[in-house]
Amino acid sequence: MMFSEFLEFIQANEGAPNGKPAPTTEPSEIIGTALSRVDGPLKTTGTAKYAADYNFKNMAYAVPVCATVASGKIRSIDTSRAEKMPGVVLVMHHGNAPQIFRNGNGGRNSENRPPFEDDVVSYWGQYVALAVAETFQQAQAAAAAVSVTYDADKFNVSALLDDAMPEIGQPDGPKVLSHRGDFEAAFASAPVKVDAVYRTPVETHNPMEMHGTVAVWDGKRFTLYESSQGVINHMNVLSQMLGVPKEDINVISKFIGSGFGGKLFPWPHSALAATAARQLNRPVKLSVNRKMMFSNVGHRPRTEQRMRLGATPDGKLLGLAQDYRNHTSLHDDIRENCGEATPFLYSTANLRVSSALVKRNVGTPTPMRGPGAVPGLFALESAMDELAIALKMDPVALRLALDTQTDESNGKPFSSRHLKECLQVGSEKFGWAKRTPEIGSMRGKSKDGDDVILGWGVACASWGASRGPSQASLSLLQNGRVRVSSGTQDIGTGTYTIVAQVVSDKTGIPIDRIDVLLGNSSFVPGPTSGGSTATATVVPSIADAANNAIAAMLQITGSAKNSPFAGKTPQDLAMTEGKVHLKDKPASSGVPFEEILKGANLASADGAGKSGGLGSDTKARDYSTHSFGAQFVEVEWDPGIARLRVSRVVSVVDGGRIINPKTATNQMAGAIVMGVGMGLFEETIYDPRNGHAINDNFADYVVPTIADTPQIDVHFLDIPDPQMGEYGARGIGEIGLAGIAPAITAAVYHATGVRVRELPVRIEDVLKAKVAV
Amino acid sequence: MEAFKFSRAATVDQAVAAHAGATTAIAETRFVAGGTTLIDLMKLSVERPKVVVDINGLPLDKVEATPEGGLRLGALTRNADVANHDVVKRDYAVLSEAILSGASPQLRNMATTGGNLLQRTRCPYFRDTAHACNKREPGSGCSAIGGHNRMLAVLGVSSDCIATNPSDQNVALVALEATIDIQGPSGKRSVPAGQFHLLPGTTPHRETALQPGEIITSVTLPKPIAGSKQFYLKLRDRAAYEFALSSTAVVIKLSGGKIEHVRIALGGVGTKPWRALEAEHELTGKSADAANFRIAAEAAMRDAKPASENGYKIELAKRCIVRALTNATVQA
Repeated sequence: MMFSEFLEFIQANEGAPNGKPAPTTEPSEIIGTALSRVDGPLKTTGTAKYAADYNFKNMAYAVPVCATVASGKIRSIDTSRAEKMPGVVLVMHHGNAPQIFRNGNGGRNSENRPPFEDDVVSYWGQYVALAVAETFQQAQAAAAAVSVTYDADKFNVSALLDDAMPEIGQPDGPKVLSHRGDFEAAFASAPVKVDAVYRTPVETHNPMEMHGTVAVWDGKRFTLYESSQGVINHMNVLSQMLGVPKEDINVISKFIGSGFGGKLFPWPHSALAATAARQLNRPVKLSVNRKMMFSNVGHRPRTEQRMRLGATPDGKLLGLAQDYRNHTSLHDDIRENCGEATPFLYSTANLRVSSALVKRNVGTPTPMRGPGAVPGLFALESAMDELAIALKMDPVALRLALDTQTDESNGKPFSSRHLKECLQVGSEKFGWAKRTPEIGSMRGKSKDGDDVILGWGVACASWGASRGPSQASLSLLQNGRVRVSSGTQDIGTGTYTIVAQVVSDKTGIPIDRIDVLLGNSSFVPGPTSGGSTATATVVPSIADAANNAIAAMLQITGSAKNSPFAGKTPQDLAMTEGKVHLKDKPASSGVPFEEILKGANLASADGAGKSGGLGSDTKARDYSTHSFGAQFVEVEWDPGIARLRVSRVVSVVDGGRIINPKTATNQMAGAIVMGVGMGLFEETIYDPRNGHAINDNFADYVVPTIADTPQIDVHFLDIPDPQMGEYGARGIGEIGLAGIAPAITAAVYHATGVRVRELPVRIEDVLKAKVAV
Repeated sequence: MEAFKFSRAATVDQAVAAHAGATTAIAETRFVAGGTTLIDLMKLSVERPKVVVDINGLPLDKVEATPEGGLRLGALTRNADVANHDVVKRDYAVLSEAILSGASPQLRNMATTGGNLLQRTRCPYFRDTAHACNKREPGSGCSAIGGHNRMLAVLGVSSDCIATNPSDQNVALVALEATIDIQGPSGKRSVPAGQFHLLPGTTPHRETALQPGEIITSVTLPKPIAGSKQFYLKLRDRAAYEFALSSTAVVIKLSGGKIEHVRIALGGVGTKPWRALEAEHELTGKSADAANFRIAAEAAMRDAKPASENGYKIELAKRCIVRALTNATVQA
């Protein structure tokens, strides 16, 4: 999905602008404190319960049967052997399954086609049946015993996206997504040109916690234990798929072992588990295994991007074009927004971004960390590196020269753009000034003490900044604690912790007396955790709830009979460090709020919080709002054994105010490791003879290990964005990854002289290097 | 996983008797020790034994000096214990280095010397029953030839199989000229490590010299060659926890500036742990220099037959051999 579509999606959620201006006062010290995660001990002691950790009495286990053709129709399903096996209670398939509905009334699904809708198979691994049994092992054996035959059809999983299609702008041809000036004319006359095609592979989301659903049906209502990045959306979609009112579905995702976008929208296993639970009238657990992760729950789609840059000899960018394609599934048109950053990252008068889809027999793609922008920036920033080389300019200097404070795609000023500072700070921290530009000219020692060639590369990063509407509830309780809740969730990024920090900032109550409740669709609606928008979205509603609860508390203080401040108006009173006191007296003269509640015989003082989307409390619509970054990479190259390692990364991010530098740094460091995977290792490979993602396991799909982790230096500019509402926080989930891969390939070129335009960089590529040992 | 009978053997004779009725060494009856390969493959329905015999109770877990001055590793010694054994580290460093370059600490704590010898290929088509594989189902065909074969073998391949032997340990055992000690229904015998694994030929399902009822009891390392140097080098995509794209084990002794004794074995490139006899021949009696190392490396890979995706392994293996020889002789 394109980021703009994601914005529409989050804006479409419940909640409305409240029209309140963003506060301009500086927050207390707790905002910006490197607080350890409040949920950390639960996770490190194994007591945090993830979706598949839930067990219920009389629970049955479901295991899907996956198609072994990439295209065709199911000719027959023979379940007789499976049904006779010990413990088997149900074998469900398109021929006998209760109806599962399409989702057409709001909310977003992953695959439009519900599971078991018909006998059509359009990708290898698609669920064609579901075996349910008393134990997991019995269900697994039964699933293996289901015999399915197919009338196989032609299919296409080609990694080449060169399908014939009409010209740009023609019906069914590539769509022009951004356009200004006359690119073709500018490029034709440009003295210096780069014209190259860049390719990024299919990548599979591989969070530690795989997808899973535990569905509990009580005869009327569902409780679904999910690993979801959006419990409210999950409830909205499943209520439609299952044909029950929203109030009869409760989606719970208290802890998520990360999602990286793969858990934004429901996948078919959720409706299957719920349908089986309803039919059997007992709880059903369905765990998606690692193999299924490669076929059934989305991926980053393959892209092919032609980049053309025309420049003057002194580095003025005359024109820039990005014509790209990405693959998508047969049923769903998922457009990777590879041109997200292209129209505004650098100054140029002539620009065009065009986009086309090609259909493949693969599962439906879904956003993966930095969807569009990450593969798009690989192409743009690689092309910029090639342009710098063609111009004999330093790649940092070229980018600094092309910086702009106006978004040239729409003429709006940026709300807070500090790309230049990112490059400058990064250069300083990395030691960029010592770089010699000649290929293979820098030497060093590896960790093991071997003589190696060093390569240094840089790339810029950008990701949109936005926020949607959100609600929250907050209660100051008679036991002296605070309870705050919102229907958002913590996908491992630290949302629990930053919510507690915001509450502490507003109430003055210490973190250890604040209970944050998230991950439950029965709470007031909070945001989906995606697109780097959760923090910016949820924080203002939490602050609003806290302010309203304090107001309620002051009201109670003045009106309660036994109150020490009876008769005072809220205007006379304040709450500081959890104590209510006269505004003109110090906090030490005040009374703890719980004492006042006790005296008034009240269980709590409550506040409802509501905040609107981008622009509801600022003039954000008049600005272009984005985060920026610069990422510097060092690789070590040992040509004698073709050994390439990423040894050092400096990542500088302009992400607005950082609420918690510890959890934020953690995200940036994780993104660097993910970027090493994207740059050097990760690719999901479909066997062209059958469409199977053949490396669907952790031995064959290579991800970085700790031994591959470079020395990491993360730095935030920490400049509040005045247009982002309360605190000026933007999001940082995606941007940490955005420039890593192109910085790696730039460094690889600098070390080896090999320009890799198709990720990942493999030993096969660098073996071609001509640099002497 | 399919249902199976499980039993425990208390003596080697019991284990042999339990296995003796099997039609092949790896068909319906399997021994389980560390289980790091077998259990995984059973979960994938690649291995479908009717009977699993637990041999962890057998008295085969000792490391002992032999009267000939060598070292005997019981078949049930754990990889981690062997790799960290003082005598192994001192006299058979190439074995210690090879073991420590493989798998993860957790796996090495479980995996055994005998089990590692029987470790099965990581060929993706072998490991997925949806695809044809002559090793898994004789006569069904080879999906790897013409498929995703980037990781697979270039030496010792046949038109029926190009699966790589994935072990690091076995490469070192071949370079050390270890012998595999076997007990079976007709008594005891020993097989040189270099002959223990079979070429796939037209029978890729037959992987080792083991016959039905036979069990590995120990691996014997010969007396170390005085003054020799050893080195193991493993090349792979990432820095840890991955099977070799190419590896080299070297045992070498120089005398008067000339190579007096050299044994070279290769991993990651062969259908079995690969003894590079041609390379050894090129080097014996020559001086230890870069030019001769490259000549040896060329000789080692002369008969390589690449498939569609693994041609790069030929050059990579040559560089691996040269560097391993260089590092071994720099030490010397």
